[in-house]
Amino acid sequence: MKILDRFLRPSRSDLAVPDTHLVQADRRLLLRGGLVAAGSLALGGCDISDNPQVESTLGAISRLNDRVQAALFGSTRLAPTFDVSDITPDFPFNAYYPASKIRVIDGATWKLELAGLVSDKTPWTLDRLRTLPQEAQITRHVCVEGWSAIGQWSGVPFRTFLEHIGADTTARYVGFTCGDDYWTSIDMPSALHPQTILALDYAGAPLPPKYGFPVKLRIPTKLGFKNPKHIMAITVTNDYPGGYWEDQGYNWFSGI
Amino acid sequence: MHPPSPRAARPIHPLVVRITHWVNALAMLIMIASGWRIYNASPIFGEWSFPKAITLGGWLGGALQWHFAGMWLLVANGLVYLTYGLASGHLRRRLLPLRPREIGRDFVAALTFRLPHDPGVYNAVQRLLYVVVLLVGIVIVLSGLAIWKPVQFAPLTAVMGGYDTARIVHFLAMAGIVSFVAVHLALVLLVPKTLPTMIIGREIHFGHDRAVKP
Repeated sequence: MKILDRFLRPSRSDLAVPDTHLVQADRRLLLRGGLVAAGSLALGGCDISDNPQVESTLGAISRLNDRVQAALFGSTRLAPTFDVSDITPDFPFNAYYPASKIRVIDGATWKLELAGLVSDKTPWTLDRLRTLPQEAQITRHVCVEGWSAIGQWSGVPFRTFLEHIGADTTARYVGFTCGDDYWTSIDMPSALHPQTILALDYAGAPLPPKYGFPVKLRIPTKLGFKNPKHIMAITVTNDYPGGYWEDQGYNWFSGI
Repeated sequence: MHPPSPRAARPIHPLVVRITHWVNALAMLIMIASGWRIYNASPIFGEWSFPKAITLGGWLGGALQWHFAGMWLLVANGLVYLTYGLASGHLRRRLLPLRPREIGRDFVAALTFRLPHDPGVYNAVQRLLYVVVLLVGIVIVLSGLAIWKPVQFAPLTAVMGGYDTARIVHFLAMAGIVSFVAVHLALVLLVPKTLPTMIIGREIHFGHDRAVKP
């Protein structure tokens, strides 16, 4: 430390400048230079992110954060649950498209396709999903934007479903492709969490189109965009499937 | 060559404090500017949002990447500073005691511009403000963790008043820190000789100043 101090310390002769006016002018310049530098850093801020090196560094840290979140995740730690009276009135619709573009899917012809590391790939009808044990939850949906809302979902525990189809639960990812051209993926430990459900109902009635009819993944241990709606196909895989938002830069794990 | 004076041998701000100060300044700039962009995605206070030009990240996804990268720098640097400050006695020596009577006296003196500035010695108002901003710094990290992991850290989120209240706590802590920075920068502009002490550890004396302060 002392060596650095000595290095940084200018020699005394430099300091013994007799002309005060000149010194003050210098000082003002120094101050102004500092302000200009700070200002350009702040103003240039919005452009810094476009630099490819900055982008790749931030991407690498985001992947590190995936691992940190996987380590923080408690496979039996439950999301807080709420009373019926806590449910947010008029639960918000949210998607990458406006409400006018909400997809209306025909439940009679809809079939859930299965792919990847699954022993029984027979597609599932809505009626057959209803024959599996159902569970209900009142939990908080937390959006990546920051807002949150409390809702009531019920459906098939996802672990039960994965066991039924003979999924390889040692695989790394479960991917979802949706009827609204959306796709996303989650890690297997989160897929097996007791509160992760294939939701068929909202507030005791079949999901309306705006909440993802016929099937939506309700996963209260992750941000809202990891809760895909209008699920058409599920893939169990070891190849990273990415996602609509994840491919654009949202953190993949996005646990809460 | 003159022999180094006793004061020069011991810097006004130790090297660890100087380094962590500037790393913290960078980390705070990243966290605050990206935090403002994150706020804009879902404003808490009606429609009011921050002008995009003073935010960082470009869009919500970019701002989140900056925020969750900057947090490591902020927390790691903060831990180095606190560990050093507590272990070396630096924090205790510089920031204590806090006596209400002294604070009142120095507050009046400060408002009437009659407060002397001694390098490396903080008046009671400064000590109070530095202690408060350190505590707010702890609150902003804890409320941030409460928002980031309301399930994994559910008890912490509950302490913060629940998820939605934790967001407000996080915002108010930011507002407190930004206010502190505004006063801090204004005082550096008023007493510019404090700036070199945080860079090279001591004051730079120009011309006649040397005669005044031997």
